[in-house]
Amino acid sequence: AFPKRVKVVEVGPRDGLQNEKNVVPTPVKINLINMLSDTGLQVIEATSFVSPKWVPQMFDHTEVMRGINKLPGISYPVLTPNLKGFQAAVAAGAKEVAIFGAASELFTKKNINCSIEESLERFKEVMTAARTASIPVRGYVSCVLGCPYEGKISAAKVAEVSKKMYSMGCYEISLGDTIGIGTPGSMKEMLTAVMKEVPVGALAVHCHDTYGQALANILVALQMGVSVVDASVAGLGGCPYAQGASGNVATEDLVYMLNGLGIHTGVDLQKLMDTGTFICNALNRRTNSKVSQASCRL
Amino acid sequence: QESQGSGLPEYIKIVEVGPRDGLQNEKVIIPTDIKIELINRLSKTGLPAIEVTSFVSSKWVPQMADHKEVMRGIERHPGVQYPVLTPNLQGFHSAIAAGATEVSVFGAASESFSKMNINCSIEESIEKFEEVAKSARNMNIPVRGYVSCALGCPYEGNILPAKVAEVSKRLYSMGCYEISLGDTIGVGTPGSMKRMLEAVMKEIPLSALAVHCHDTYGQALANILTAIQMGVAVVDSSVAGLGGCPYARGATGNVATEDVIYMLNGLGINTGVNLYTVMEAGNFICTALNKKTNSKVAQAYFNTG
Repeated sequence: AFPKRVKVVEVGPRDGLQNEKNVVPTPVKINLINMLSDTGLQVIEATSFVSPKWVPQMFDHTEVMRGINKLPGISYPVLTPNLKGFQAAVAAGAKEVAIFGAASELFTKKNINCSIEESLERFKEVMTAARTASIPVRGYVSCVLGCPYEGKISAAKVAEVSKKMYSMGCYEISLGDTIGIGTPGSMKEMLTAVMKEVPVGALAVHCHDTYGQALANILVALQMGVSVVDASVAGLGGCPYAQGASGNVATEDLVYMLNGLGIHTGVDLQKLMDTGTFICNALNRRTNSKVSQASCRL
Repeated sequence: QESQGSGLPEYIKIVEVGPRDGLQNEKVIIPTDIKIELINRLSKTGLPAIEVTSFVSSKWVPQMADHKEVMRGIERHPGVQYPVLTPNLQGFHSAIAAGATEVSVFGAASESFSKMNINCSIEESIEKFEEVAKSARNMNIPVRGYVSCALGCPYEGNILPAKVAEVSKRLYSMGCYEISLGDTIGVGTPGSMKRMLEAVMKEIPLSALAVHCHDTYGQALANILTAIQMGVAVVDSSVAGLGGCPYARGATGNVATEDVIYMLNGLGINTGVNLYTVMEAGNFICTALNKKTNSKVAQAYFNTG
C-alpha cells in the first residue's frame, strides 16, 4: 500500500542551479523561488551558505535569502556546511538548515577533504547551535546506492551514517543516490537496512535520474513506506561525474506519477510546468522533464 | 518462478521493437543496408525476439517500404525470433513469401483510435485479424497480438480496463500466443497500469501477457516495474529509445532497451541480453540517424570521464 500523502521537497534552486553550467542572476533566482512558492510545494531548498570559492553559483546566498517572499506554511531550508555558514544563514533569515554527510569515505575526502567521522564532528557544532536557536536540521546522506570513486556502497554503512545523523538531532534524513546508479533492487536493500535504525517517517529519498531509474526507485521507496521525496523542477542540475548526463529527477514527472497513484501532494502540476518553462528560458536550455516535453503539443 | 523470493519473475523476455516501431516513428528514413546491419547487430546481443519490419503498404508507412528486402537480407540467428507486422491477409502472404516465420497483428482498445489509424472499427479489424490467424494456424506460424491505447487514447482520453480485457480476450481466443498491452501515448502511471492488468489477468493467463510502455511522460520504467511485480514476464522496448511520439511533437516514445536491461540487471532478473552490445548497436543506429540516444544509461555510459 502507498502513503496517502507525499511531501515533495523541491531542490531545484539549490541542488539544481548549483549543478548547472550557467550562473543565474539573483533576481532570476528570487523569481524562481517565488514562482515555486505559488505551486503548492511545502518545502523549497533556497540556497547554500558555502563559500563562493567552492560553489560560485550560490555566491548570492544572503541576497536570495533576504529577497524571496517567505510564505506562511512553506519552509525554505538552506545548506550550511559548518558553523560559520550556519551563522550567516541565520543572520540572513533562515529558519531551517541542512547538512550533508556521505556513506563513502573516498567521496567525503574528495568532496570536503576529511573523513566521514571528522565531517560528523564538524556537524555537531552546527547541531548544537541549531538546537539553541530552535532551528530544525535536515541531514543528507550522499552515495547511498553507489559512489563515483568507491563503486559499491554497503547498505550497512548507509544505515550507520544515517543513524548517527538522526541521533545527532536531524529531524529527517534524505538518502541520496548521488550518481543515479541505483535500481529498485539496491534501493530496497538499502532502505531495509536503514529502516532498522531510523523510523520510516523520518526518511526521504533523493534520486538522480542519470541512468533513467529515478521514478522506479522512488516507486519502490513509496511501497516501503517512505513519504518524502526530493526532486528538482525541470530536472535542473546535471551530473558532475558524467558530463552531459542528467542529474536530479524532474519534479513534474514525479508529481505526474504521484497524481496517477492517487497520492496527495498539494502541488499544482500546471503551475509547476510554467515555473520550469521560466527557469529553462532563463538558463537557455531545454527542460529535462518528460511531462513538460510531452505537453508541448499535438 | 520468482527471483530470490522477491516475487519477481526469474527471467524476462525482452522483445526488441527498435527496427520496426522505432524506425517507423523516426523522421529520417534510413537505407535498407543500415536497417539490416542494425538487426544483425541486435541478433548478437542475446535478445530473444527482434521485430524486423512491417508488411504494410508503403503509402501508409514509407519507412517500412523495403520490408521484403530487409526480411530477405537479415541473418537469422538460431534461438532468435524475427516477427513482422501483418495488418491483413495480403500482408501476411507477402511476409511468408519473404521468409517470415512469425507475425503480429495490431488491435486497439479505442474505437476512435482504430478508426483514425486503420479506418475501421475494432470489430472490423478483429475480423481481418481472424483471417490472418486462420492462415497462420494452417501454416504453423505463431501470431502475436498487440492492443494499443491500453492506458489512454489520444482521441478518447481515458480507456476502461474492461475494454482492454475484452479486446485482449478476442485476440487471445483467435489464437494469438501472446498479447502485448501498449501504452501508446505513454500517459499511464503505476496506478492505471495496475488497474488495467488486474482486469486483463482475469481473461488471459499471465504467461501470455507482455507490456509495451512508452516513455512520453517519463513513466515507462515505473510502469514496467509495476507490471513485473504483478508477474508479467515479457517486456517490449526499443534500442536507444528509437521512435518518437506521433501524438506529441518533439516528445519521446518507446522506452529504451538499455534502460530496461539496466533495471532488470539491478533486480537480479535474467534476460540473457548483454547490455554493452545493445549500447553499441544503439550507438550505431543513432550515428546513422544523426541523433542523440534517448537512453539515459547509454548517455551516462558514453559520457563518464
